[in-house]
Order: sequence, then C-alpha cells, then structure tokens
Amino acid sequence: MVKVRIPTPLQRLTGGKEEVETTAGKVIEIVNALDKEFPGIGERISEGGKIRRFVNIYVNEEDIRFLKAEETVVKDGEEVSIVPAIAGGSRR
Amino acid sequence: MGYIKGLKCRECGREYPIEPIYVCEFCFGPLEVAYDYAEIKKKISREVIEKRPLSLWRYRELLPIDGDPQVGLASGFSPLVRANNLAKALGVKELYIKDDTVMHPTLSFKDRVVSVALTKAKEFGFDTVACASTGNLAHSVAALGARSGLQRFVFIPATLEQSKITASVVYSPNLIAVDGNYDDVNRLCSEIANKYKWAFVNINIRPYYAEGSKTLGFEIAEQLGWKAPASMVIPCASGSLLTKIWKSLKEFKQIGILDGLETKIYGAQATGCSPIMAALKSGQDVVRPVKPDTIAKSLAIGNPADGYYAISAIRESGGWGEDVSDPEIIDAIKLLAATEGIFAETAGGVTLAAAKKLIEQGRIDRDRSIVICVTGNGLKTQEALSGHTPPVHYIKPNLASFEEVLKGLRR
Repeated sequence: MVKVRIPTPLQRLTGGKEEVETTAGKVIEIVNALDKEFPGIGERISEGGKIRRFVNIYVNEEDIRFLKAEETVVKDGEEVSIVPAIAGGSRR
Repeated sequence: MGYIKGLKCRECGREYPIEPIYVCEFCFGPLEVAYDYAEIKKKISREVIEKRPLSLWRYRELLPIDGDPQVGLASGFSPLVRANNLAKALGVKELYIKDDTVMHPTLSFKDRVVSVALTKAKEFGFDTVACASTGNLAHSVAALGARSGLQRFVFIPATLEQSKITASVVYSPNLIAVDGNYDDVNRLCSEIANKYKWAFVNINIRPYYAEGSKTLGFEIAEQLGWKAPASMVIPCASGSLLTKIWKSLKEFKQIGILDGLETKIYGAQATGCSPIMAALKSGQDVVRPVKPDTIAKSLAIGNPADGYYAISAIRESGGWGEDVSDPEIIDAIKLLAATEGIFAETAGGVTLAAAKKLIEQGRIDRDRSIVICVTGNGLKTQEALSGHTPPVHYIKPNLASFEEVLKGLRR
C-alpha cells in the first residue's frame, strides 16, 4: 500500500482524513484510485490526465517534476504528498 | 474599519471570507485580497498620505488590516537614493537605489511583509507565528514577533550562512534548522501548517503578508514626486515581490494617485536558480522547478510560488528579465559599495548585475529614470565575499611602513 497525505483544502472530500491509503502504481493511477474512493478529488488535482498547475505532488519528498511526472511509479511503502503550489517545494 | 471585501481566487474568481486561508478549495489557485477601491479613493489622496508618519503604514487603506496597525510602526519608508556615481559607471542618466538595506528593525524588505502579516495574525487572534525562511524572513519574524509578544517558530534550511542563523536565534524564537533546502523547508511547513493552528506568515497568512510588499512600490512612486519610474529592476525568489510592486503601481493609478503608468518591470535572478527567467526567456507560462545552486541564497527558491504571476506582470508591463552568474553578483555588490556606499546582500548584487546586463542589451532605456530595488543588507551575507574583497594593507606601527604602502598606491 501507499500512504497519501491530503492537504487541508481537500480534507473535506476525504471526510477530514489527513492521510489515506491506496494501492501502488503510477501517480496518475493513484489519483484515479483516490477519485473512486473520494469522488471529486480527481478533478481537483488533475485535468485531462495532467496534474494541475497549482498542485505539487511529491513521492518520498521528491517533486514528481524531477521524476517522471504523472507517470512516476510509486511502490509499496512509499509516500505521496499533495501540496498546493503556493507552499510547494522540491528536494535537492 | 478596513477596506477589504474578502479573498478571491486569482484563477477561478471564487470568493472567500477574510480568514487565515490561502488556497482555493476548487482549483488550488492562490487567494488574493480584494479591496473596495471606490471607498479607498474617497478616503486617501497624495495630501492625506503626505501628512502621515514616515512608515509603511501611511498607505494603510491599501493594506489588508481591519483595525489599527499593531506591528512594525517604525518600519518602511526607506531612502530612495539618487545614484549619480553608479549612473555614470553604467552610462545612464537618472538612476535611483531603493535602499531597503536600512529597513527597521532587521535590515531587509521582509520587515514590510512581516509587519502586515503579524498585525493580521493578531487580528485573527493567533498567539503563535511561524515561517519558512531563507534568512531574512526568519530575522524579521523573530524580531518583530518578539516585540509583539508572540510565540515564534522559525524554520530555516540548516545550510544557511552562520551569520544569518545568529541573526535569527538572537531574538530567542524556536529556531528549527531543517536538513534540506528552502523548498524542502517550505513543503515541510505546509504539512506542519495543516496540523498546527499557527499563523504561518508565508503559508496561511500569505494573502495578507504578500500585500506588504506593495509598500515598496507606493514609496518609490511617492519619493519620485508621485511619479512611477520608467524602469524598475526587482529581484525574484518566489516572484511575489515583483508581482506586488506591479500591483501597487496599478492600484495607485486606479485610485487616481498616479496620473499615468508606463513603468516597465524587469526581473532579476541568479543563473544558479533562475526558473522564472528561464520560463520568461523561452516564452512559456509554465515555470519548471530547479535545484538551486547559487551564492544568492535569499533568492534560492527552485519552485517559485508566484513565478507564473511574476512573468505575467513583466509581460504586461513590457519589461524583461535577466539572470547573472555568481562572479557577476560579487562584482555588482562591490560596484554598488564602491560607487554609492551601499552594502547590499547577494540579492542586491543579483539585481544590480541584471540591471547592468539589461542596460547593455538596450532592454532598459538609458535616458529615462531607472529604480533598482536593493532589498537586503550585505552585513548579513559577508561570507559570500570571502576571498573576493579588495586588498587590506597590513603595516608595522611606524611611519616608514605606512609610507611604503602609500608609495605603492601612488605608483
């Protein structure tokens, strides 16, 4: 399983949960899986299979734009963090 | 009473109440303060402002507070220095340095934004303030927060220059040095801000905090005799300062304080961290994050939150931007000090070096007024100059030894 940290603005959709679990896979597959469980979350994060401009996604603290973006593979035990771009960041 | 109507998403336009929130729940766009300009126009004029104390709060109607200012009552209104020696060196006619190296109390423009942020935090009833910082913001939150009686958590990258760490920790905040760069610190803070109900000045207070940067633009216009300059050169880290200075001039025009606005806005970054200039130069809107590698640590934000808006402001104004190497930064720091007696931190070196390049390229008009924004004091980043300073003459305590040196200098 993969742990996904949910930012405050999306916690209304996860019933207040700060962290949720989902199955391993590509980032975009994880977004789609989250949307099945928490309807509406997918369109907040992505648009037409691409992550929205104001959303940053990190896999184990690394910005996915330094990896393979939406196609980045997240393995079992790894962590995904969704962060609004306004407060985003990247790992050296 | 203040003059804010609420918060508004910059992307989709959805409106929100005045709360410590910073991002649109629907599209994740950043929230921005919306003002009632019709009312502000009735309330202030050049004459009204001119009668007020010389601080950033003389423009209070255009700042997002409800009550009276509570923090930074002596901050703002830094000198606008006519720089004739530097003008000669650069081959331009009318040059000014907006000198925030002498800002009260912590010697950088961050005292502007923090004065506004902490006043707002107090209005919201917070007892703890926090920030993610490359140094200058840490100093300002630690100092102004101490005076305001607030609990302070200050998060910095552990690799920060020792002098910047000392200048934060002396005010006895809770100083947390994170093993990572600024972007790591910022991401961590956004996760902490999710969990702890503190006023993070550059996260949940950001819509209010960022407005404080406008005072830099207001002051320049006032100090030029209620005129905006032809060109303005501004350093970019997150891109917020540049975006807000452009906004300040547009607001002054909107409420009739400026008669016209033809200012071209120019951005400046270090080549070792220039995601905004790279996007600008390649004609794109998408700012690709980079891993910073530059001596200009106060500008080393690889993932700039307001990069997109900074590019929009530059384009809308008809300006441009440049990035400069570390040696160019050091040369510019020395040039500014030697010509105008102003010791800027590395960010000031970036701004002057970029201005020089843009003038040489013909992008900046040599014959019209130019303002270079120098936003922080060089005493904070002395390490950057080690090995690059002019020679010191060491002598024996006798006249002969001195005259030996003098002979060498006159040769």
